[in-house]
Amino acid sequence: MCNQTVSLIAAELERQGISTVTLLLLREVGEAVRPPRALFVPFPHGYPLDRPDDPPRQRAVLEAALRLLEETGARPPLLVEYRPPKALAIEASPADRLGAL
Amino acid sequence: MATTDELSLPVRLFLKTYSWRRVDPVPWAPLAKPLAESRLALVSSAGFVLPGQERFKTNLAGGDGSFREIPASVDVAALTDAHKSESFDHHGMVRDPNLAFPIDRVRELVAAGRLGAVNSRHLSFMGSITAPGRLVRDHAPAAARILKEDGVDVALLVPV
Repeated sequence: MCNQTVSLIAAELERQGISTVTLLLLREVGEAVRPPRALFVPFPHGYPLDRPDDPPRQRAVLEAALRLLEETGARPPLLVEYRPPKALAIEASPADRLGAL
Repeated sequence: MATTDELSLPVRLFLKTYSWRRVDPVPWAPLAKPLAESRLALVSSAGFVLPGQERFKTNLAGGDGSFREIPASVDVAALTDAHKSESFDHHGMVRDPNLAFPIDRVRELVAAGRLGAVNSRHLSFMGSITAPGRLVRDHAPAAARILKEDGVDVALLVPV
């Protein structure tokens, strides 16, 4: 439900002239609801910015999101999959993510 | 990427027949100026509240679409997880609220010149909203008015 909530808020902000970019954890929700701009991130529920206490990984997600805002000529909805920098490996589970710290 | 298969059986059964609220037409506000000159606000659905703020209502039919204002000066350690959902692992964002409310990362982006400014306030929702009528009709427009008043150019929205 969080994915739908932020998508609907994003749509309203965009109607009022504020450019938005939305992180989404569930592709099927993004494709059904259709926020104006969304970055699908490959992380578990509860981990939208990758790992806790890991600024480089969090910054990488934010940078990818900001780049969507800079896409010129794009048309809505702009729904893009996050591709992390090669240097950043992705663990599969929340337990792995906490345990790796 | 997360999937609905990770969710509990009752939630999966609920979602099987749930009709998502489709945005149509999809609005579009292109970036009006470079990010290095833009003011950014965060909108998180992680259900964070600050000490003294009213917690989100957990027994409201269809969910609580209200929001709390979080000042830009916040110390993330002061944020409390008030999200009612048991459908996701809370440990990460309790350990580091930047995981769902990345205010420290935004400050760094401003310091680095990637963004122009961080807005003076940010918005915290609790995302377990199954009936989003009030959210769409009342709460989201109120949120948009606040951010417009502040001169926000860009918003980053973060679910959990």
